[in-house]
Amino acid sequence: MTAHQGILILLMVGAVGVAVSDDGNRNGKLGGWLASRADVVPVANAAYGEECSACHLAYQPGLLPALAWTQVMDPAALGEHYGDDASLTETLRTEIASYLVAHSADQASAPRSRAFAVGFDAKAGTGLPRITETRYFKRKHHRVPASLVAGNPEVGSFSQCHTCHRGAAKGIYNDSQIDIPGHGPWED
Amino acid sequence: MTSPLAIVLVATGALTLSTPLLAADAAAGKAGWTKEYPASDGSAARSCATCHGRDLTQPGRQANTGKVIEPLAPSVNPQRLTDPAKIEKWLLRNCKWTIGRECTAAEKADFIAYIKTQ
Ligand code: HEC
Ligand code: HEC
Ligand code: HEC
Repeated sequence: MTAHQGILILLMVGAVGVAVSDDGNRNGKLGGWLASRADVVPVANAAYGEECSACHLAYQPGLLPALAWTQVMDPAALGEHYGDDASLTETLRTEIASYLVAHSADQASAPRSRAFAVGFDAKAGTGLPRITETRYFKRKHHRVPASLVAGNPEVGSFSQCHTCHRGAAKGIYNDSQIDIPGHGPWED
Repeated sequence: MTSPLAIVLVATGALTLSTPLLAADAAAGKAGWTKEYPASDGSAARSCATCHGRDLTQPGRQANTGKVIEPLAPSVNPQRLTDPAKIEKWLLRNCKWTIGRECTAAEKADFIAYIKTQ
């Protein structure tokens, strides 16, 4: 090996070392970079992020299938939005609806996101569809007692994902970043 | 032919802006702020304070979701009342939810006049 090649290899090893420790520093206390990868693609539409985050976190589009978003974004449905009024101008409504449908759970490649579309039935139930009523959501949360949800003033309902999932705004929902108010991390 | 049109537009804009301002009554807005209205679904009576509280310099809480709402008072939150479209949108939603109908132009002007003094 020539001296020239040796230096090159050393440089490359150095570069890799820097990249790893940088990543480790950023996410180290949260359980390493593998644990902090997004399970669901984060929100990437300004109008949606602004309009649909005023009353709760802006749910990632990959948490519901396209048919469900179409029902939620219907003009009349927005006026009677789970007991609240979330009506929008027609321009904003169509922009947001097409963003949600294009990035919905059935269009997603992330496995955790696709899981939210499994078994969805648009005709089931009387009210608007809910993430918290999908088959996958119910399977993942059936061991969480009501005392930690409805009976917990800092949570209130399962719809407040971010109160327990610290990475919810970034689309991170895996077990390692759970911190339930008044209870702490989730031990399996 | 473009200038007369522009003048008409400017005049209309000035009218819609100044009419409510002239009539606005901060004291009426303050009284309206805590006035309670029965809810049609049998839940607790509602007022603007249900979500924004009585002290507008303090954060409020969205009654249905618990999400924190930043203070409405421009004295502590200068971003407030700076975007007319945002104000219109929320007055429409909040009047319908709180009072059960849209607010009149005079009611809206009174609320804004009151919030401005906070
Ligand atoms: C004016 C307040 C308000 C706005 C604005 C708003 N929402 Fe909601 N949303 C609510 C309330 C209240 C609930 C019910 C929360 C609960 O049951 O705890 C809800 C629930 C939801 C749910 C169901 C969550 C679950 O339980 O699975 C979805 C989905 C949703 N909203 C989507 C949207 C979208 C999309 C927008 C933007 C177009 C939006 N919201 C804007 C108040 C709002
Ligand atoms: C009361 C706290 C709480 C709330 C609110 C909550 N979750 Fe969870 N979530 C949990 C717990 C605890 C687990 C792990 C349960 C288990 O492993 O038995 C979990 C698990 C999950 C998982 C599976 C993670 C994995 O690694 O398998 C997903 C996905 C998830 N939640 C999404 C959501 C979404 C989306 C919302 C909001 C619509 C939400 N959660 C609201 C507590 C909560
Ligand atoms: C159900 C909860 C709720 C009630 C009740 C409510 N509001 Fe609001 N209001 C909100 C939310 C949420 C926002 C937007 C939050 C934000 O921008 O941080 C808002 C925003 C506003 C704004 C826009 C401020 C700005 O940023 O310029 C005004 C004005 C306003 N509300 C007035 C009222 C008045 C007047 C009433 C009573 C008729 C009322 N609100 C009742 C939840 C409520």
